Amino acid sequence: MSPPQLQCEHLTKRFGDHLVVNDLSFELLPGECLGVIGPNGAGKTTTFRMCLGLTAPDGGSVRIFDQPMPQQALAIKERLGVVSQFDSLDPDFSCAENLMVYGRYFGMSRADIQARLSSLLEFAALSHKANAKPGELSGGMKRRLSLARALINNPSLLLLDEPTTGLDPQARHLMWERLQQLLQQGKSILLTTHFMDEAERLCDRLLVVDHGRKIAEGQPRKLIAEHLEPDVVEVYGGDTQALSQGDLRSHAQRIEVSGDTVFFYTQTAQPLLQALSAYPGVRSLHRPANLEDLFLKLTGRQIREEG
Amino acid sequence: MMRLRFWPVFLRNFLVWKKLLIPSLIANIAEPLMWLVAFGYGMGALVGEVRLGEQQVPYIVFLASGSICMSAMNAATFEALYSAFSRMHVQKTWDGIMNAPVRLDDVLLAEMLWAAFKALFTVSAILLVMFGLGIAQSWKLLMAWPILLGVGVVFSCLALIFNALAKGYDFFTYYFTLFLTPMMFLSGVFFPLDTLPEAIRLLAQCLPLTHAVALIRPLFLDQWPNAPWLHMGVLVLYGGVAWQIALHLTRKRFKQ
Repeated sequence: MSPPQLQCEHLTKRFGDHLVVNDLSFELLPGECLGVIGPNGAGKTTTFRMCLGLTAPDGGSVRIFDQPMPQQALAIKERLGVVSQFDSLDPDFSCAENLMVYGRYFGMSRADIQARLSSLLEFAALSHKANAKPGELSGGMKRRLSLARALINNPSLLLLDEPTTGLDPQARHLMWERLQQLLQQGKSILLTTHFMDEAERLCDRLLVVDHGRKIAEGQPRKLIAEHLEPDVVEVYGGDTQALSQGDLRSHAQRIEVSGDTVFFYTQTAQPLLQALSAYPGVRSLHRPANLEDLFLKLTGRQIREEG
Repeated sequence: MMRLRFWPVFLRNFLVWKKLLIPSLIANIAEPLMWLVAFGYGMGALVGEVRLGEQQVPYIVFLASGSICMSAMNAATFEALYSAFSRMHVQKTWDGIMNAPVRLDDVLLAEMLWAAFKALFTVSAILLVMFGLGIAQSWKLLMAWPILLGVGVVFSCLALIFNALAKGYDFFTYYFTLFLTPMMFLSGVFFPLDTLPEAIRLLAQCLPLTHAVALIRPLFLDQWPNAPWLHMGVLVLYGGVAWQIALHLTRKRFKQ
């Protein structure tokens, strides 16, 4: 088996007394898309920065392409593509100039960059905007330009920190489609995200982190099957106390109350739905358990300070 | 393969500047020239000549030779404070660059050299106008060129220290009000230092701008400076120490 593209072992980072990343280990195999999900302040971005050699870990190690980070940072970054959480596009340059200027940081010649320019702009669906400046672009276009910029050196591994945060559904879908294409080309992707549909759609494997620790790891569908009952019935508009404490309990394996909603997690929803008809005035939604349920089960429903 | 990693970063700044050339020229060149004309000719008519050691010097030449150093200082300082801070903190340009195989040290070196280059460009244009106005016509002024580039380097290194410490643009007011403005008045740009009290004269001898003026002014009078190695030594010391501090503080800032 080929060695992992990225390997973090026992990564630890402290800011003052606060353990931001706590003994975190994971691997990213060639051609794989690994998603890192976790609430705000879980340590995702710090882990990301340690992978880039921008933050020095207090313990543990990062290896990329089987080379140590940050000791071999320059050699590693020659073959790495990065899209960070906030766009750092040059506002004074057009889309094409942004790519040209960025390519030079990799020591590429003008001709080499020029040869890749039009295909990258096309990939980013920005051919018609080649001469537009970032200020004239929509949020989705900016993110795609950031992605195109990260591809200028034809990297084999991409690190993407929340690539679709703040985008509308159309822009997100286009971004997903492009990332799928990159995976089909054999590139590996490490992705952090807040969107469970994004994680489920793109990632071969997921890493759930909270308070800097790994709390689950595996394929999305398997994780759901492992940790959750297959069906969820959400009930609104009734007395949550009566609903969650009453006779409905016998039809569910697990019950959660959040605000005015009662969540019933069950192996079979039919008996529960029938029993619900005895409660007039309540509304209910029956759906399969998803990654969001898993995420909330593992990390809790309460809002984090940073959120 | 060895390559100069700071160079594409320097080139990036140059390309942006090329796009904004006209407003940049006005800010960097028109303004110092207005000062020169207004004060040089206006005040010069009142002051007449200034005694400099043994010789009498027309005030406009006295002022021109001092203010060219001040222009180098200001051009480098503005670039290494406001513009570098915009790129580092506001636009996150540095972060983007460091995702490519370019080190923070390379980025800082590029910013330092870029600010020095802007100082050189500014003073070149002003020198040209002074030459045209007949204020200075000595061929010795060719030596002013590398010296003023050095002055640009010194002040961009100093400014990068404050860039590394800044939380916002407001912070730079301290640097200007507490350091640059007093230095402007204490370095013999506008009036000779011998009229000042002893203690202030001693303080003035510790300021980098004083030594820049001491190197440049004789060239305007078709003379060679006295003790050039001493003045250059002071500038090199300021530049070298400031660069080390700026590098250390910038690395610390990016460790967070």
